[in-house]
Amino acid sequence: MAVKKFITGNFEEEAVLFPAVKKARRSGYKIHDVFTPFPIHGLDHAMGLRDTSLHTAGFIYGITGTSTALGFITWALTIDWQLNFGGKPFFSLPAWIPIMFELTVLFAAVGMVLTFCYLCQLAPFVKKDHFNPRSTDDTFVMVLECTDKTNEAETLAFLQGLGAKDVQVQHKETGWWLGRYDKDTMRFQKKAEVAAH
Amino acid sequence: MSIREQFVATKKYNGIALALMTLGALAIAGLYVTQGSKADEHQQARFWAALLHNSVYFLLVVNAAMFFICATTLAWGGWQMAFRRVPEAISAVVPVIGTIAGVILLVICFGNNHELYHWTDPVKAKTDAAFIWKAGFLNKNFFAGWTVFTIVAWSVLGWKMRQLSRKLDEKPLESNEAAKKYVWNNTVWAAMFIIIFSLTVMSSIPWLWLMSIDAHWFSTMYSWYTFASSFVAGVALITLYVVYLKNNDYLEYTNEEHLHDLGKFMFAFSIFWTYLWFSQFMLIWYSNQPEETIYFIKRVGNTAKDSPYAGIFWLMFIINFLAPLLILMRRSSKRNYSTITFMALLILFGHWLDFYQMIFPGPSPDHVPMILYDFGVALFFVGLIMFVTGKALGRAPLLAKNHPFVKESLIHHT
Repeated sequence: MAVKKFITGNFEEEAVLFPAVKKARRSGYKIHDVFTPFPIHGLDHAMGLRDTSLHTAGFIYGITGTSTALGFITWALTIDWQLNFGGKPFFSLPAWIPIMFELTVLFAAVGMVLTFCYLCQLAPFVKKDHFNPRSTDDTFVMVLECTDKTNEAETLAFLQGLGAKDVQVQHKETGWWLGRYDKDTMRFQKKAEVAAH
Repeated sequence: MSIREQFVATKKYNGIALALMTLGALAIAGLYVTQGSKADEHQQARFWAALLHNSVYFLLVVNAAMFFICATTLAWGGWQMAFRRVPEAISAVVPVIGTIAGVILLVICFGNNHELYHWTDPVKAKTDAAFIWKAGFLNKNFFAGWTVFTIVAWSVLGWKMRQLSRKLDEKPLESNEAAKKYVWNNTVWAAMFIIIFSLTVMSSIPWLWLMSIDAHWFSTMYSWYTFASSFVAGVALITLYVVYLKNNDYLEYTNEEHLHDLGKFMFAFSIFWTYLWFSQFMLIWYSNQPEETIYFIKRVGNTAKDSPYAGIFWLMFIINFLAPLLILMRRSSKRNYSTITFMALLILFGHWLDFYQMIFPGPSPDHVPMILYDFGVALFFVGLIMFVTGKALGRAPLLAKNHPFVKESLIHHT
């Protein structure tokens, strides 16, 4: 994965964060993410994130579960191994509906959990860096991604002007990566130095 | 900013309501002339079944509005405050339709025609083993007493809930302590309504009023199933009024966030209704006892001769389950005024059909009676609900602006 350059700013108040996020968007900065200690209503909207498509995936997993159950039971009980249950026809849909329902729920639930983990890049041994450890404690951290056209000094001043504290330039590898936090930080420092030369 | 707090029923609105009531009255008269006044007991029963079907269905639907208020009150919910006056106004119809339904039920119970309620036949009540066994519950006195008690209790407790809500309109709460006391007071009265509701709609009343048409058959799930049916239709009715008022520039603080939650209720309870129907059906289908399957053979059996109501059943199944499941699943459709109006109308009609197929296989087991008359009778009740709800809406401001939870509703966000 490519190492990218980011500029981060700490916000201590929600009331400062919201206008800052809106202004950063309006001014054309690329917001990488905003890290908060707790979920904030309406922040996704302010950041301009699109609605999640997790529910569409859930629907597809659900009907996959329904049709798996229906298909398998139909095959098993009408073609492969016909059994007579109390004189009912071999194709006895009402008896299968609970199983179809359960498999719908199972497929939808497991599929959505795995998809959620994939979308959030969560997995065992996968490490994510959240730029500033205080975002897990008491401050909101806005992260702007630098592109070729970003003027670093101007961006730092812009963030400070919005009320951000502790404004930093950081280099991070995006996407999935494996490793440990202490060593990774060192790796980035080295790479950053290389990049600076 | 000033808002339009006071609903004024337009001439057109009242005109439509009265026109519907007139049409309905004509249909009732027509049905009486062609069926109810005949000497044949089956024809008379068909007339009374039409009245029973419509009065009970619409009574349970408008009463579901009060259940909606009390359930959200008990849960200390605030999101419904922006439009709470709408279910309040709808529940004001309960005493009116309750009186009509009560009279119809008592006439059927004490009248000389035993085709609808076989257990009222004095000879059968003494000779039929099933009726002797059930006599402690299925007897005329208990039927009458419990029916009157139920309708009075719904009306009185509903009236009390509405009074509590209106009390604040002129007199705002003075302190936090007063607000806590007010919320607690509301909670207690709502709890009392819910207890009465669970003893009636959720258990005994559907057994008495509807299931006793098939007096030999029984199902403990029947009442829950009926409740689910009436509640989802009740939410649909509330939604229709919310949309109507929005279209006429009322309810400024109600927006698609509230509509979304009403849509969720319609979606969820449509599935809940199906779940209950299926739970009731599957065990009976599985064990295949003749005295139990007889109920379903008439409704969902697969031979045209034995199951005249299968067509109505499957139409209702599509309307009440497949359509809400597939159409209301998307977030955008729950937030769209047109889709939600369409679905609310569809659900109200679908559950009307559901009640139809619950009642009519009793008095008319061999064929589906001419359903156009029943549509006509339904129009009478629709007009009545429109008229009384319109009056009740005009009686109080549309926003309960002094309620402690109103802010929660104004900033509601799903």
